[in-house]
Amino acid sequence: MDEVSKDDSYLIERNGNKYEIVIGLEVHAQVLSESKLFSTSPTKFGAEPNTQVSLVDAAFPGMLPVINEFCIKQAIKTGIGLNSKINNKSIFDRKNYFYADLPQGYQISQYKDPIVGEGSVVLDLTSGSKIIGIERLHLEQDAGKSIHDIDPVNTLVDLNRSGVALMEIVSKPDLRSPEEVNAYIKKLRSIMRYLGTCDGNMQEGSLRADVNVSVRKHGDDKYGTRCEIKNVNSIKFMQMAIEYEANRQVDILEDGGKIDQETRLFDTKKNETRSMRSKEDAHDYRYFPDPDLLPLEFDNNYIEQIKKQIPELPDQKKARFIEKFNLSSYEANILVSDLDTSKYFEEVIKNSDVKLSSNWITGELFALLNEKNLEISESPISAINLSKLINLIKDGTISGKIAKTVFELMSDGDKNPIDVVKDKGLKQQSDPKELEKLIEKVINENQDKVKEYKSGKEKLFGFFVGQVMKVSSGKANPKLVNEILKNKLK
Amino acid sequence: MSDIININLFELVSNIKDKKISSNEVTSAYIERSKKSKHLNSYNEETFDLALKKSKEFDSKPDFNKKLPGVPIAVKDLFCTKNVKTTASSKILNNFVPTYESTVTQNLWNEGAILLGKLNCDEFAMGSSNETSFFGNVISPIDKDLVPGGSSGGSASALAAKLTPTTIGTDTGGSIRQPASFTGTVGLKPTYGSCSRYGIVAFASSLDQAGPLTRNVKDSALMLEVMSSFDNKDSTSVDFIRPQYSKDLSKEIKGKKIGIPKEYRVDGMSEEIEKLWNDGKNYLKNCGAEIVDISLPHTKFALPSYYIVAPAEASSNLARYDGVKYGFRTKGDNLVDMYEKTRSEGFGDEVKRRIMIGTYVLSSGYYDAYYLKAQKVRRLIKNDFNDAFKKVDAILTPSTPSSAFKIGDKSNDPVSMYLNDIFTVPVNLAGLPGISIPAGLDKKGYPLGLQIIGKAFDEQNILNIAYSMEDKINFKLDIKDWWMK
Repeated sequence: MDEVSKDDSYLIERNGNKYEIVIGLEVHAQVLSESKLFSTSPTKFGAEPNTQVSLVDAAFPGMLPVINEFCIKQAIKTGIGLNSKINNKSIFDRKNYFYADLPQGYQISQYKDPIVGEGSVVLDLTSGSKIIGIERLHLEQDAGKSIHDIDPVNTLVDLNRSGVALMEIVSKPDLRSPEEVNAYIKKLRSIMRYLGTCDGNMQEGSLRADVNVSVRKHGDDKYGTRCEIKNVNSIKFMQMAIEYEANRQVDILEDGGKIDQETRLFDTKKNETRSMRSKEDAHDYRYFPDPDLLPLEFDNNYIEQIKKQIPELPDQKKARFIEKFNLSSYEANILVSDLDTSKYFEEVIKNSDVKLSSNWITGELFALLNEKNLEISESPISAINLSKLINLIKDGTISGKIAKTVFELMSDGDKNPIDVVKDKGLKQQSDPKELEKLIEKVINENQDKVKEYKSGKEKLFGFFVGQVMKVSSGKANPKLVNEILKNKLK
Repeated sequence: MSDIININLFELVSNIKDKKISSNEVTSAYIERSKKSKHLNSYNEETFDLALKKSKEFDSKPDFNKKLPGVPIAVKDLFCTKNVKTTASSKILNNFVPTYESTVTQNLWNEGAILLGKLNCDEFAMGSSNETSFFGNVISPIDKDLVPGGSSGGSASALAAKLTPTTIGTDTGGSIRQPASFTGTVGLKPTYGSCSRYGIVAFASSLDQAGPLTRNVKDSALMLEVMSSFDNKDSTSVDFIRPQYSKDLSKEIKGKKIGIPKEYRVDGMSEEIEKLWNDGKNYLKNCGAEIVDISLPHTKFALPSYYIVAPAEASSNLARYDGVKYGFRTKGDNLVDMYEKTRSEGFGDEVKRRIMIGTYVLSSGYYDAYYLKAQKVRRLIKNDFNDAFKKVDAILTPSTPSSAFKIGDKSNDPVSMYLNDIFTVPVNLAGLPGISIPAGLDKKGYPLGLQIIGKAFDEQNILNIAYSMEDKINFKLDIKDWWMK
């Protein structure tokens, strides 16, 4: 596996100068949990405004936070999944600032002592593998939502999200291109979905990121001044924002200017980043340990107990698929990147050929799901029926081509392929006598072509095969047709 | 039965249990007296009608197994009380009615007590004279223009004036013990973690602790027994086996070692206080205790570090009072304008002063020099006590450096006001229990208190020491009902 290296596949060129982009991400992942980080309110998405708010979430006088142990376990699990150091002692701090959707006037977060320390994730890129360092993971509360576009005069506040547990996962500045960012987010999401610690649903805001971008002349050791692009909520927008921002910075440097460290916002409509506040205007959050909460402490045994609950993760599964099923790294990657896909695959290959299964899942099935915009968990064809279809191909009952027709018919109500073949009479014609009859018919009807063939135009062989397939409605066994035809045309 | 108000809590409970007296009679007597005592300004909110109704309900279906059967109690207006206005004596909460009950008050009602009303205090418990309240200052029943102390000034005044048989307060830097000392009553600050902070308007979370103000030590033990509980709604609540403090109360303190910290002999301490402290030592000796000189070397840093830690926490705790969700709001042109107007008009000067101090000491660039350093000092102060308690069972100090002062005397001099907490503050910083008992009068006839400091969760021990001293001191204070109308 490669070490973090100077990947020169993505560089910005200007006036003969090559620039490298340096990217670090702060990903905010919503902890998958029934209730909030410090209260018992539910966390369900899409509920009526202000229906999932307790007195604690709304910061009523005298209300106190109580840690939800489940969220702690989820953070530890995620830390283990990111190959990270789990800290036996961590501290919840108050991050103080005023905003209408922040009822306490502070966010409970972790500042100097996070629950999870350094770790790493492996990216599988077309150019090979690359390790991205994880700086830390800490737990914090989400804020509520300010809604500016319902009332013409007032801002309305929805506190349903207020107090929901987030994991902030901070990467090292190891990412070098929009493609790597794409791979990194997908890898994080994959790991957390395997662990069941975050559903990774970006539309619902379960996963969003602050993106730190700087540029430097290719080959330089020192990092350039970075800008932080706040709260980007899709991979596409992250990539667009990075491209825009990196080019903006290169333009400034090429003009002899200097980058100001600042916080910027990405305008998705105009595809540009805009200054939000400069370093001088940065908030002074006055972090200090939350006196309402004791330091969070647990022993190694506690971590060990959680480790036992960790399922096989994408990297391990990939290694197993390659080792056990002789799949290529590329195929294995596709099959393990999503937990449900890997489960589906393993279900299919229980009774079927591995290679065919892999091809059919990543080919026909993915195309079908794509077309219908479905997740594999909602697949119109069950693993067991796909497995049966593959067996029909394998044992020669149907040809690969017919199988595609059967597959299409199966997708309407998850039909059993054996029934489909029977009902539609799609069974492959493998009786040599019957095939001979068909072949003779084709030869008789095309005597001119037979002459041409025999005089040396051997390319016409394919024409005869095609004609036979046509008269058999595609059911003729292509292998046998080939053999018999060769004999007859001698 | 005008004598009802003179019956101390413990006997009152016996009388009710023995059916010598009804809850309604008791409640009526206190209400009648409270109504005639408006001059003291000790109540923020009276719930007299509700109390009378509840007392009748109790009498019609009495449960004499309760520890406070049908006993009417007025409480500091810092405890959230369900459906009863709770203001923390601040304009910013002057219309706030909680939908919930604090754990400590709930514990009282669970044992049969009845709410008489909410008592005045310093705004958000910030003050030592009850002069910072939005509802005006409280007057001590001891003298016309005397402060009752603070921040639980309404509680101390109401108790001393016999407007309630017992009461509860909160103590962040002395807010129970100092007013108790000023009014000749007994004030107990329990160990941090003994009484739940759930539902108490927060001032400084790492220091706040609820406790009783009572007429004598036995009542204090009974009240603590009811108030203290483990509460999973407060993460700093401590789960320990809570003794039956009143049942286990004993005057047997023979052989106990009592420490006298030399650092508490501060510059300019009056002879009266010096004498009081000496008398205290003698009382203890007479009870068979042994006096040991000890040192608490970091004492002089306690007050400055307290006035960093407490405002720091307060500046953050009070951020929620922003006009958005509840309480007072002044309209503004935009969000920031609304915040500024609401908070400028909603908070009083002392609260603003502490928010500014707290904001300053937490600011980047100052954090290490102030907040972090203060936390280190706090650790040293704790260590001082730990070392001392290797040698002694309890520590005796004066409760305050002087007796009660006149209204207005210190209100323009915050530092001199803060110095009033010099003997009480270290106890909060160390999270220890401390009790102030009335121990004498100064030349003007104003009460002076002695403080007994114990090991963490050793309330029984300091109650026992106080109980035996109380017997020897035999404190008498003749309060004339000069304010009554």
